[in-house]
Amino acid sequence: MIETDILRSTLEHALRHGGDFAEVFVEDRRSTSARYDEGRAEELVSGRERGAGIRVVRGDTTGFAHTADLSESGLRAAAEAAAGASRDATAPRSISLTPASAPAPLDVVMPESVEKRRKVELLARADAAARAESDVVTSVTASYADAHRQIQVANSDGLLAEDDQVRTRMVVQCVATGDTGMQSAHEGPGRTLGFELFDTIDPEEVARIAARRAVKLLDAVPAPSGKLPVVLKRGAGGVLFHEACGHGLEADHIVKDASVFTGRVGEQVASPLVTLVDDGAYGREWGTLRIDDEGKPTQRNVLIENGVLTDYMWDLLRSRKQGRPSSANGRRQSYKHLPMVRMTNTFLLEGETDPDDIVRGVDYGIYCAQLGGGQVDPATGDFVFGVTEAYLIEKGEITRPVRAAQLIGNGPEVLKLVDVVGNDFETWTGMCGKNGQTVPVSSGQPTLLVREMTVGGTAA
Amino acid sequence: VTTSPELLDVARRLASSARAGEQVEAYVLRTQETDVEVFGGEVESLTTAGIQGIGVRIIVDHRQGYASAGSLDEDVIDETLQEARDNATFGEPDDHAAMAAPVDVDGVVPAELELWRDALVHVPTEQKVRIALDLEAATKARDPRVRGVEAAGYGDARAESAIANSSGVEAYTRRTTCSAYAVALADDGSGTQTGYGFAAGRTIDELDLESIPRDAVDRAVRLLGAKPIPSRRIPVVFDPLVTRSVLGVLSSAFNGEMLLKGRSMLAGRLGEVIAAPIVEIVDDPTDPLSFGAAAYDSEGLPTRRNELITDGVLRGFLHNVYTGRRSGARSTGSAVRGGYASAPGVGVRALSLRPGSRPPEALMASVPEALYVQSVSGLHSGTNPISGDFSVGAEGLLVRDGAFAEPVREVTIASTLQRMLLDIGEVASDLTYLPGAAAGVTMLVKEMSLSGV
Repeated sequence: MIETDILRSTLEHALRHGGDFAEVFVEDRRSTSARYDEGRAEELVSGRERGAGIRVVRGDTTGFAHTADLSESGLRAAAEAAAGASRDATAPRSISLTPASAPAPLDVVMPESVEKRRKVELLARADAAARAESDVVTSVTASYADAHRQIQVANSDGLLAEDDQVRTRMVVQCVATGDTGMQSAHEGPGRTLGFELFDTIDPEEVARIAARRAVKLLDAVPAPSGKLPVVLKRGAGGVLFHEACGHGLEADHIVKDASVFTGRVGEQVASPLVTLVDDGAYGREWGTLRIDDEGKPTQRNVLIENGVLTDYMWDLLRSRKQGRPSSANGRRQSYKHLPMVRMTNTFLLEGETDPDDIVRGVDYGIYCAQLGGGQVDPATGDFVFGVTEAYLIEKGEITRPVRAAQLIGNGPEVLKLVDVVGNDFETWTGMCGKNGQTVPVSSGQPTLLVREMTVGGTAA
Repeated sequence: VTTSPELLDVARRLASSARAGEQVEAYVLRTQETDVEVFGGEVESLTTAGIQGIGVRIIVDHRQGYASAGSLDEDVIDETLQEARDNATFGEPDDHAAMAAPVDVDGVVPAELELWRDALVHVPTEQKVRIALDLEAATKARDPRVRGVEAAGYGDARAESAIANSSGVEAYTRRTTCSAYAVALADDGSGTQTGYGFAAGRTIDELDLESIPRDAVDRAVRLLGAKPIPSRRIPVVFDPLVTRSVLGVLSSAFNGEMLLKGRSMLAGRLGEVIAAPIVEIVDDPTDPLSFGAAAYDSEGLPTRRNELITDGVLRGFLHNVYTGRRSGARSTGSAVRGGYASAPGVGVRALSLRPGSRPPEALMASVPEALYVQSVSGLHSGTNPISGDFSVGAEGLLVRDGAFAEPVREVTIASTLQRMLLDIGEVASDLTYLPGAAAGVTMLVKEMSLSGV
């Protein structure tokens, strides 16, 4: 990407009027997306984004600028803009960069090596499968997206690291129409893999799952209203922990005293059944990275162990201030954005109970099979998440589907109400938004029971 | 109006590179932004940056392809054109695939909008930093129960864009915007509550800076001691900010693309009563006061005022050139884009609910008890504009006999969008222009399901 000498001189230029720290982040991202709608290939879109983001830190202040001009002069201009806040005359600082060992070549089928036609064909198969599933499926949208992102990070501490990242995802959305109106549902698996994703994920099965979900919802009864036991099926329910405590454990909220979890390390904050980790190095999940966007190799971070809060998630600047290592949770949407503390793959680890027994133990409650995302105010801990596929549990049996509804709770309270944790486990693919930046994440958990949560339905 | 030949020239040059049988459209965007965030009396981050990019759409043999790049370098532009051309070979033919043609202008004269303020361009960075620091300090100082300011900041942007296509349709626009905000953390021993205040304008003189600490602190402080309340059915009064968000969710139901693809809950309802008789909803990008104001849409056609609901009756849908042709009509000048990286879709720019004649206080006094909702959460996860299902987290205050009573948090309010339109009891007179594609106004919905304890 950019030659080491140019990176070094850019960093030196950035610090020429003072400053404690400088960083150059270079990104070259190629993407393709295709959409199949109304039974035909509608559009193929490709994009290319290439540029660098430069930050200069002085005390508590970060100056930031970015540029699509990767020439030496372009980088210098951005360095000067980022240094804008630092104006003192200081002795020139010389920086030497120590390259980290080059990342191993990715053992994936690179998206750009795959004929575009094959990407469109996947979607045609998905479309046909969804339509074949039921006559009441009236609309199918199948989309495919891949991205190949090469990054390079150099900073005034001497760090120089590179990575090559590939993501591939497919999403099928189906609308079913019946006497009760229209219902929509989707399924969208994604991994940090190339086109070989489709060796393990069958596009037709993805489509059938989405179609079945939409069709089932036509018979859904209004969701109940009020406090009920909630069983979260393995996988999708991880969103609950992403919202209920994940965001509240991000160090930027902590250092601002804007999280309900501030100052609580060592305390029992959750049921002893809860062990929560954020693991950016795990498998090939949607949130998996080899290094974070500040160049630090990812690792498994235990956040809550047997209910006791053990640590927060950290990026470079926040951890530096505390004199501790970063947990490799510094991420950014693109070179146009400043890094901040973000989750990667956030998992609640499995317990010992047979998931069927969990359902059997509930007399009346809600079984959530798919969640549609959520939101939290870390300062109060109040969070919501939407269920997009859910059923009533009546006398220990999963019975009628219920219409989409929001569930609401308070993080610290709900964590204590995790009463039973299953011995199964699955992950979920999602996109997480924070302060205007969106990054790919996954969450995961076993089937589990929350003693009670408020279900926001319309049934009396 | 000074034109910028440069961006328009780039677009024109691309449009003129169309080969025989090919239609080419180029969209070129350039922005310059400043963003200041402060914390604890210090500048936390100061961003000064610009982006530029290009999106190229090609239609050949009724097939469409699109490609984009975040650069205006000659070689990148060429590569993007080739990529779009290649992508077009993979789309399946659609007889209605089309770009704007002069005939689509349909005699509409572009609105004369002054969306650019030279004054903003000349504001020194130091002044922007000062605004953010002052906001933080004023928010902190406003009430002893404010224990901190989670975030405060100022941001502005100037953007110019050009569109040109091979049929000769072209447009050039530019605009400035600026905004500032603060988030207060209040605590009186009963737990933390947060409140948000912000203001927006086209230049700093248009920012109502004093409203920001006031709103942030009042909204946080009045929630102190908030608790869930028992589940019930209850009238709900939506704060203008919340009404704006609800309109945002509803907007896709008016989208001609959603309609044609069988994904609008309003399909088949044209000419029918779908809302209370007092309801009038228009999308009017020609209104210079709206933040989404634009003289041209994202295909280069003049925008216009589109009535969507009047007297509670559904009057129409919004279209771009493609959806207009497919439905046997014309574009309503409603093409929108999410930046240069995507082809034009259909969308609203300046949706508003016609204000009524009485102030918000009169709405609150019109029912014995109501929930005043000052913020909602989970709009993206709890609402579905296809089915109409609507269920969101809410916080606010109970209103009894026209006055604020106990604060409420950790409850949900639910209904369906279809039901809510019919249940709109009154709209207040306080129409507020807000950033985004919809305006805010206080609104009373006669009944929703509240879930709490």
